[in-house]
Amino acid sequence: MAEATALTRTAPDRSAVYAWLQAYGVYAGVAVLLLFNVAFTDHFLSAENFRTQAVQVAPILIVALGMALAIGSEGIDLSVGSVMALSTSLVALYLGWGPWTALAAAVLGGVAVGLVNGSLIAFVGVQPIVATLALMVGGRGLALVLVPQLEDVRDPGMRNLGSGDLLGVPYPVLVTVALVVLVAFTVRRTTFGRQLLAIGDSRPAARLAGLPVRRVLLCVYAASGVLAAVAGFLATARLQASDPTSLGTLMELSAITAVVVGGTPLSGGRVRIGGTVAGAVLIQLLTATLIKHDLPPSWTQIAQAVVIVLAVYAARERGKR
Amino acid sequence: MAAYALSTRGLTKRFPGVLALDGVDFGVRPGEVHALIGENGAGKSTLIKVLTGVYAPDEGEVLHGGEPVSFGTPLAAQRAGISTIYQEVNLVPLMSVARNLFLGREPRGRLGLIDFARMHRESERTLREYGVHTDVRRPLGELGVGAQQMVALARAVSVDARVVVMDEPTSSLEPREVETLFGVIRRLRADGVAVVYVSHRLDELYEVCDAVTVLRDGRVVHTGPLKGLERLKLVSLMLGREIGEVRAEGTTKFGGDHEAASAEPVLKAEGLRVPHQLHGVSFAVRPGEVLGLGGLLGSGRTETAKAVAGALTPSAGRVTVAGSPVRTGSPGAAVRAGISLLPEDRKSEGVVPGLSVRENIALAVLPRLSRAGLVSEARIDALVRTFMDRLRIKASSPHQKAGELSGGNQQKVLLARWLATEPRVLLLDEPTRGIDVGAKAEVQRLVDELAADGLGVLLISSDLEELIEGSDRVVVLRDGAVVGELTGDDVTEDRLMEAIAAAAEEEPVTEVPAASVPATSEDEGAPDVTPEGGGSPAGQLTPHDGESAAPDPLSAPQERKETPHG
Amino acid sequence: MSDTNTRHHGTRPADANAGGSADGSADTHGRDAEQAPPTGHGHVPGQAASSGPVRSRPRAERVSAFAQRHGALVALVLTAAVSALSFDSFADPGNLQNIAVSAAFLAIVALGMTFVIVSGGIDLSVGSVFALGGVLAAWGSRHGPLVALLLALTVCGGIGLVNGLLIARARLAPFIVTLAAMLGARGLMLNITDEGADTFLVAKDSLFADLGREKLLGVGVPVWITLALFLLGGVLLRRTRFGQHVYAVGGNEDAASLMGASVARTKVSVYVLSGLLAGLAGALNAAWLASGVTILGQGMELEAISAVVIGGTLLTGGMGFVSGSLVGVLLLKVIQNVINQIGSLDSAYQQVVSGAFLVVVVVVQTWLGRRRKARLTSPAA
Repeated sequence: MAEATALTRTAPDRSAVYAWLQAYGVYAGVAVLLLFNVAFTDHFLSAENFRTQAVQVAPILIVALGMALAIGSEGIDLSVGSVMALSTSLVALYLGWGPWTALAAAVLGGVAVGLVNGSLIAFVGVQPIVATLALMVGGRGLALVLVPQLEDVRDPGMRNLGSGDLLGVPYPVLVTVALVVLVAFTVRRTTFGRQLLAIGDSRPAARLAGLPVRRVLLCVYAASGVLAAVAGFLATARLQASDPTSLGTLMELSAITAVVVGGTPLSGGRVRIGGTVAGAVLIQLLTATLIKHDLPPSWTQIAQAVVIVLAVYAARERGKR
Repeated sequence: MAAYALSTRGLTKRFPGVLALDGVDFGVRPGEVHALIGENGAGKSTLIKVLTGVYAPDEGEVLHGGEPVSFGTPLAAQRAGISTIYQEVNLVPLMSVARNLFLGREPRGRLGLIDFARMHRESERTLREYGVHTDVRRPLGELGVGAQQMVALARAVSVDARVVVMDEPTSSLEPREVETLFGVIRRLRADGVAVVYVSHRLDELYEVCDAVTVLRDGRVVHTGPLKGLERLKLVSLMLGREIGEVRAEGTTKFGGDHEAASAEPVLKAEGLRVPHQLHGVSFAVRPGEVLGLGGLLGSGRTETAKAVAGALTPSAGRVTVAGSPVRTGSPGAAVRAGISLLPEDRKSEGVVPGLSVRENIALAVLPRLSRAGLVSEARIDALVRTFMDRLRIKASSPHQKAGELSGGNQQKVLLARWLATEPRVLLLDEPTRGIDVGAKAEVQRLVDELAADGLGVLLISSDLEELIEGSDRVVVLRDGAVVGELTGDDVTEDRLMEAIAAAAEEEPVTEVPAASVPATSEDEGAPDVTPEGGGSPAGQLTPHDGESAAPDPLSAPQERKETPHG
Repeated sequence: MSDTNTRHHGTRPADANAGGSADGSADTHGRDAEQAPPTGHGHVPGQAASSGPVRSRPRAERVSAFAQRHGALVALVLTAAVSALSFDSFADPGNLQNIAVSAAFLAIVALGMTFVIVSGGIDLSVGSVFALGGVLAAWGSRHGPLVALLLALTVCGGIGLVNGLLIARARLAPFIVTLAAMLGARGLMLNITDEGADTFLVAKDSLFADLGREKLLGVGVPVWITLALFLLGGVLLRRTRFGQHVYAVGGNEDAASLMGASVARTKVSVYVLSGLLAGLAGALNAAWLASGVTILGQGMELEAISAVVIGGTLLTGGMGFVSGSLVGVLLLKVIQNVINQIGSLDSAYQQVVSGAFLVVVVVVQTWLGRRRKARLTSPAA
């Protein structure tokens, strides 16, 4: 402890660098990857490629939005991947009644998981990491109980949602943009957003100020559940299949990476939506770059592990209380 | 004179933007109790941390027994015989008392494994000398704070320390525990141990210390023997002001009494119970009245305020504001009813450090400043401007983070937050603790103004002077129950001390039914509490030397000092 | 702890004059020491700092302490008894042997996890490290058992070391570091196995395979190794200075550091230990299966955490014990076994049950913890 303190105290220059990295590193990273790909990747600068990248980043980004809210409230939601799996199972089960019913079922599933998470955290007082860990274990189990193996999803409506477009912009991307705007607006301009940040910064102070702490936390995790469910729905539509075994695995890690790389401190009290978008794009670009240069997927995992450690390392000086 | 046991030469320590220590020369001799004092931010904590190996100095050196040393870690300092007792008990609550006492130097038996039987035996023996009689296998956290502090002290001393540094060791002790502590300090002095003693309580310094060093703005402004140094001179050294000024600032800024006796109570608490903490507390506050809550540490003052404000959930009892009941256990309901609490722990329960001054002020009234859940920035700006002007909050801008402000300004931000809610009752828990003299006076003046405007105020303060001068009436608590009330001319320090002292000698009243709480203000005479043989407690307890600012009103009877050795 | 009541009379002769009534009133009201009625104090000199009469714990607290410590054991015995009565095949020696061996690998992982959690951390990388250890050991087994073990232990211990350094020295959040390590270790494992396409086999008659498949007194070698490791682990945690430091760091890190415990070294050690044990478990598992299976270990971190927490270790650190973790593992494995015996149930139910168990235990722990805290922190300070 003494050393760490001494280090930061005597090296203000270095901590300024970290501060800059935490705030803008993600944009620099995205720029570097873009430039690299423009220079060295064939067919990178094509509308088709951009469309593909955007569609692929959509689920990560949507989940990351919910994660940003959870992290902003000094929490975390590890159950998002399992919620995606649950969502895809519910879609497969209820698609017979049409895509909208399936969507409603998926969203309800997400709300339910979110409310369980939120209740454990807000009312029982369980640490977020622990509560959502339990749902991470149980949620995927439930998804697999509902739909034991991969099922094809054949529905024209779903198919249109997954691969159709409006004026050349794919539907999943439109949905994502709308959700980004909605969440950003919520964080910046609503009482809920302010209360969320106050709670994330100092829970006891927020409580004593008479803020509805429990209600806000409940809403945060419900929102995270809904967003993960929507992401699961979109992924199902794009893949034309319901695969609860693998859908959303390690999604919690990607989402956390996007949020943290984007400059939102793990210690709560701040949410950076712009950074989160850039963070999700960074992860997607990294994966795409490695794949396009014929590196096996295992390299992607290793690279992502390195990126996330770098991101939290850069953030640590400022996130520390 | 003997050589220094521990000293520093030209010690300098910088933090970004702050010169915390500026060429400090300091020294403590064996068998000397050396007071280290200064206002907040004077550099005491930094000096202690350098002495005990937590920080490395940027310039200058630490000399231990005349030799320059550099302790990389607290452990290195401890091994060299320098032990520290920190302000908050710094032990591990989940571990047993014995394991805390012996952590890092456990007696080991066969195969290098810890010999628990021996450890427990030795722990019990050691702790008995400090007046702690307990099963040493219990988790430390189950002990009272005072007993925990004693374990910390026993730990610090029993590592064969030659220098013991105490950072405000009495801040969470009861008077009789302070006496035991002083007994231990005197024994240490007799054994030739050097003691560095940090405290804000001047009485304590004059009672146990031999020498004093005054720090101000990271510099030593005075060092020398304490005897013969006038108290007022000491204060003027700390503050860096002339004595005349100190005399003027020395008194609180409270004005006269308020005329409120006739009005209907704005706040009524009836029979508040919180398991293990409050046992039926009742009182009433009238509009325009400042009601003081007196009592020793642990008597339930903070808990009472918290129970009223919804931060603690009472198991029984009623809170009413202007006649209408308030749902208990919900801070939100309390705020909506017009109750606001300035908590004792400003840093962790008051301001939201990462949010701006502006956001902090607007926090509790957000719903009122919003339409359909959307906040109105213009209305927030107007509100914030009003209160920053009115309370003279010093911040670089409304967008400065509240956590960066000084304690006094943080307290004003909190007051602004509450005043914005247009409260009817203000609960102030140690409103001026740890803030500088100037801000203290401002806060006191403000409280006075607010009461004059018709607010009901509940004031909790360990500063007896503040409590007496600020309150129109004082309700005295002990062990979570109301045991007395002072009104009118009886609101004096002597009377309060008598009430507390009388209470302390009384038989335990574990359950005080709401009905039996002394009726308010029906007699203007002695405090209501007269235990069996009303005269005897006052005779036994001699409030020491009549100093007015005494924060600990209780001095233990003589006989208690003699036998700390079990 | 249950003997508190009898002890305190002996240790406090000074109380004799206060008589039983003082004790009684303090006990029944369960006051905190500081608030205890001063009846005794008034006449007992030098007792300033002491608590009042040593308080015996009220029954509710003793019950909850018992539940915390032995709840899992009770649940295990009940589940096993009911299973044995319901399914003829359950108590079959072969079935029990199966449970024991399959529990052994998880138990070894959970042992390391216990140290990590008691120190106030968490290690999410153990599943990946387990798989990596298995693959490395299988690959190395062609050069003999020593190479197999050393390779697995070195690499997995190395991952633990990196985890520990990032957490203890760079002060990063444990869950995020180990989550990254989970990804990294799996990436590494896939990398050596040509994206999971290669499976390294362990020669069936090799010495290394014997490590997994041989039996001693009718019980598999991995089970013996597990029991030995738990014995050592128990002694390490309870009876050594290192163990005390683990508790102290988990209970109050700042205090531990000020009390002279080497926080960084302790933390690094627990993550190295966790990595080593996960790697060893993977290697033994590879020996048992006679191949380094790449798809293993997914979700194992969650199982291990569940087992540790169910076993009574506080997830917030500072309190816990290794025997509980063993019980927790056995409980999970017995339930899994039962689910498999009910042929109609999918194995996914296992996850649902684990998750539900985890929720229940964590809720109970939090609740007990809060009650304890409410009791402990009653004085104003």
